[in-house]
Amino acid sequence: MPGPQIALIDLLDRLLNGGAVLTGDLVLSIADVDLVHINLRAVIRSITSDEPAPLCAPVRSHPEEL
Amino acid sequence: MSEEPLLYVYVVGFDGNALDRVTSLTAGVDGGALRPVSSHRGLTALVSAVPRERFGEEGLAAQLEDLGRLEAVARAHHTVVDTAFAETTVLPMRLATVYRDEARVAAVLEERHAAFDALLRMLDGHVELGVKVYAVPQAAPAPAEPPEGEAGSPGRAYLQRRRAARRSTQDSYRAAAATAEAAARLASAIASARSVHRPQQGEWSGGRGENVANEAYLVPRSEAERFRAEVGALAGDTPGVALEVTGPWAPYSFATEAATGGAAV
Repeated sequence: MPGPQIALIDLLDRLLNGGAVLTGDLVLSIADVDLVHINLRAVIRSITSDEPAPLCAPVRSHPEEL
Repeated sequence: MSEEPLLYVYVVGFDGNALDRVTSLTAGVDGGALRPVSSHRGLTALVSAVPRERFGEEGLAAQLEDLGRLEAVARAHHTVVDTAFAETTVLPMRLATVYRDEARVAAVLEERHAAFDALLRMLDGHVELGVKVYAVPQAAPAPAEPPEGEAGSPGRAYLQRRRAARRSTQDSYRAAAATAEAAARLASAIASARSVHRPQQGEWSGGRGENVANEAYLVPRSEAERFRAEVGALAGDTPGVALEVTGPWAPYSFATEAATGGAAV
């Protein structure tokens, strides 16, 4: 029963912070995971639309409604 | 001849037959065929072969920094976990858990048998549900018209608008914090365990506002619908607050001893 596609961020919350950690032949250290998050943030910023962040109400230098 | 492939591990469970069924229902990362690897004491892992050059240490780091690749691997990982979770109780692995060969996977299943056994028993009959609360500052209400004769200068009107917007933002955060607290109380009363994730960054929150609470709950399967209905109803009529219940998920957030040891609510 395929539902709507799961948000990638919700998936990464679980796949990078949750899940059983095995002493594998190769284990990503916590530092690596943080690095991934930081890099992801940069990537996301570069591809997201320029809609203003919630806390940055646009300040117009030329208020139109005077 | 390229080097031997590595093995990517998705889940561990007790029901070898159910996990065997999953191998015919879906495929792994990059379409790799799934296969079960079992220990002598009845634990089974689902694995697929992945190329060493992409999943060795350097290749992996490079892949995880490429958003497109990270998403492809994450979605493939989740598809296997979710398909297995629909068949039987499983312990999901963290993203990109990679081993040299089947002998190593079987050895780890033996080494960790007691811990996996305890976790699987605890997770049996449960689903994970996510609860996210957002502050969504409303558009500031239009300032009242200045009374006749009091010349409202553009500068003053602007400052009034700014103050109103700031008030709206503060109100929204306060209301969201109160909703998050109420949600945690209600959710904890139904759930067996709680796991708190970091709030999601603004650019991730999909225009839903600012994420102030991002939590996961381990809920008995029989209570999942009630949880969704009761917790989901909390933000219904609070202006400036949005609440979202996600899932059901395989119990990712409760798959480590740290997440579950003493986390019972």
